[in-house]
Amino acid sequence: MLTFLTYAVLVVFVAGFVWKIALYARSPAPLLIPTTPAPVTYIGVKMRLMREVVFFESLFKADKLLWALGYAFHVTMLLVLIRHIRYFFETMPPYFEEYQIIGKLAGFAMVGALTLLMARRILIDRVRHISSIADHLILLLFLGIGGSGLLMDYVLRPDIIAIKRAMTTLWTSPEATLSVTGPGDVLFILHLIMVAVLLLIIPFSKLMHMDGIFFSPSRNQVDNPREKRHINPWNRD
Amino acid sequence: MAHDHEVPELLDDIKTPALKPGSMGHLAPYPATEKHMKPLGFPEARVPDWEKRAVEKMGEMLKKYRSLQVYMDICVKCGACTDKCHYFLGTGDPNNMPVQRAELMRSVYRRYFTVGGRMFPGLVKARDFDEETLKQWFTYYHQCSQCRRCSVFCPYGIDTAEISMAAREIMDAIGVGHKYTAEIVNKVHDIGNNLGIPKPALSGTLQFLEDDMLENTGHEIKLPLDQEGAEVLLITPSADFFSEPHIQSLMGYAKVFHQAGISYTISSYASEAANFGMFIGSFEQKKKIAKRVAEQARALKVKRIVVGECGHAWRVAYSFWNTLNGPFDYLDPRYPVPQHICEFTHDLIQKGALTFDKEANDAYVVTMHDSCNVARASRMGSHPGGQFTIPRDLIRATCNHFVDMDEDTIHEKTLCCGGGGGLLTDELMDLRIKGAMPRVTALKRVMDEHKVNFLALICAICKAQFNKILPMYGIPMDTVGGVHQLVSNAIQLGTNKGIV
Repeated sequence: MLTFLTYAVLVVFVAGFVWKIALYARSPAPLLIPTTPAPVTYIGVKMRLMREVVFFESLFKADKLLWALGYAFHVTMLLVLIRHIRYFFETMPPYFEEYQIIGKLAGFAMVGALTLLMARRILIDRVRHISSIADHLILLLFLGIGGSGLLMDYVLRPDIIAIKRAMTTLWTSPEATLSVTGPGDVLFILHLIMVAVLLLIIPFSKLMHMDGIFFSPSRNQVDNPREKRHINPWNRD
Repeated sequence: MAHDHEVPELLDDIKTPALKPGSMGHLAPYPATEKHMKPLGFPEARVPDWEKRAVEKMGEMLKKYRSLQVYMDICVKCGACTDKCHYFLGTGDPNNMPVQRAELMRSVYRRYFTVGGRMFPGLVKARDFDEETLKQWFTYYHQCSQCRRCSVFCPYGIDTAEISMAAREIMDAIGVGHKYTAEIVNKVHDIGNNLGIPKPALSGTLQFLEDDMLENTGHEIKLPLDQEGAEVLLITPSADFFSEPHIQSLMGYAKVFHQAGISYTISSYASEAANFGMFIGSFEQKKKIAKRVAEQARALKVKRIVVGECGHAWRVAYSFWNTLNGPFDYLDPRYPVPQHICEFTHDLIQKGALTFDKEANDAYVVTMHDSCNVARASRMGSHPGGQFTIPRDLIRATCNHFVDMDEDTIHEKTLCCGGGGGLLTDELMDLRIKGAMPRVTALKRVMDEHKVNFLALICAICKAQFNKILPMYGIPMDTVGGVHQLVSNAIQLGTNKGIV
């Protein structure tokens, strides 16, 4: 059951993700529309995209508070995800022990940043105005995942040995299962369900910004229309 | 008519207003009539099954424009753009926040093209394309000047200009057009320019200006028309032939050509740099309008094309001409095609072909307004940002006193004049006045602090807009002028003539 569900979720996630990437990659770009000043070389464009993805360059220009919160959330999420690697492998290199503290601190920072982002979405009238229920729910989903994670770490500890066994064996053994012996285990199942929901909605929601940025013509085009003729694929003559 | 309008009070700085929902909901432009729609190949009036047809058209557009597909999907509604649009800053109407303007289309997109919107329209704010939606589209997609300021600040580069162009094309496809832009596109096809100036009138004007320059300078400075075999074809906005202060820049170009000893010609057939095909989002119209230029370059056997002071025209020329009507392999490969008049003059200064008497402009303390399409949708010279440095170099070469406005209001962060994107029409005057407020605020500050009295720029629409709007804010009309107006004032004629 667990094995089946896991694969089902992953299939939807991967298929949806690949479908969206293929959709973006195949849709034509009739004209050159980079937001200028833009790089005049291909390498320059790679650098521009790198700065957007690694530093959120444009957001930094727009709003320093939002940048700080958004950046904190994304970076700490990455750190927390890295910490999770250990749940999926039987043995881990010894230095990974040292990483635990970073991962744990990141967990708190992530939930803190999410809380402030949520507060911002509610308190600033412009941002509240543009928010749909779905926008709030997505933040709540992240908060639920992060919050349940922290709770498991510090308050209601699940049977981590059993969980790790399930996580390392479920890929090959359909008998793998999760046992419920205490409230911590229930919390873990909730945590897992929310992660599954998150994976399921990624391809069908605004969370596709993670790959859409690479296809955004205003950011990924070289500013060289005079030097090199750009061809419109649906109007070639 | 203009005096009926309420003009906002200028504050010391640009402040983000409180939300005033619906405050601009009443201000839609005049709809186009059969007379203007039919010749452009659009339905003469709203088609019977317009709801269905609009959604179909949107589906077509999504398959043709990656920008639209990606920008419909990936907005996270972070709010970074919410205080960036000059029309929002001037009006407080939440539908003038870029994200919310885009939402007018995105909510329809979600309804018909996404799983979430088909299944849970309430949850994701999805809505049908109905009478009320269409009304809002027609209103608010004509309150966007396609200036791309929002795209600078968006973490994904979402460009509302792309969305408003697509919206206008979808509306045209169901027979709901905008009178002002449709009328002008027709005029270019029928007569050759936006102002509808026929050849005899154009030739008369040029003759008059030649006489005027002869009288004022003592030099025989030519404004040649349809002269086959000239070195350069000059493509300039038709406003340069008839409007103030545009005409001053035209004389500036003429003096530069004269002094450099480079032969050039204006074309009566392609007497327009502007391309309103861009404003209505139509690739076909853009291409058809620009084609006149490519045809004339061949017919007149010129070697180079130089484009006059016009913002969106420069975007189309610089970014799109090569795609639309290229390759320009019949022109001299030593020069970029096209070349901006500022690049042209700048090159000549580098070569030592021009000298200036800066004192001729000593009455002026000059500041520079970067026009949106030049700043955020094109380039000059070989380096990114040349569109900012080259015109400023020209100002510094011709004036002793120059000062920039607040850095958050120039270069890539420049504020629209309030009249771009096909909104330079009288029925939208209220919007134009309010939309100009952020720019005028920044201008007023340098006027107070540095005694600035000249706003130099390189866009025909900005010139016309400011010419009308600045006086409403108590700033003299003649504060605004072209960069080549300053060149015209300072250029030394007859000395050191020619580039060799």
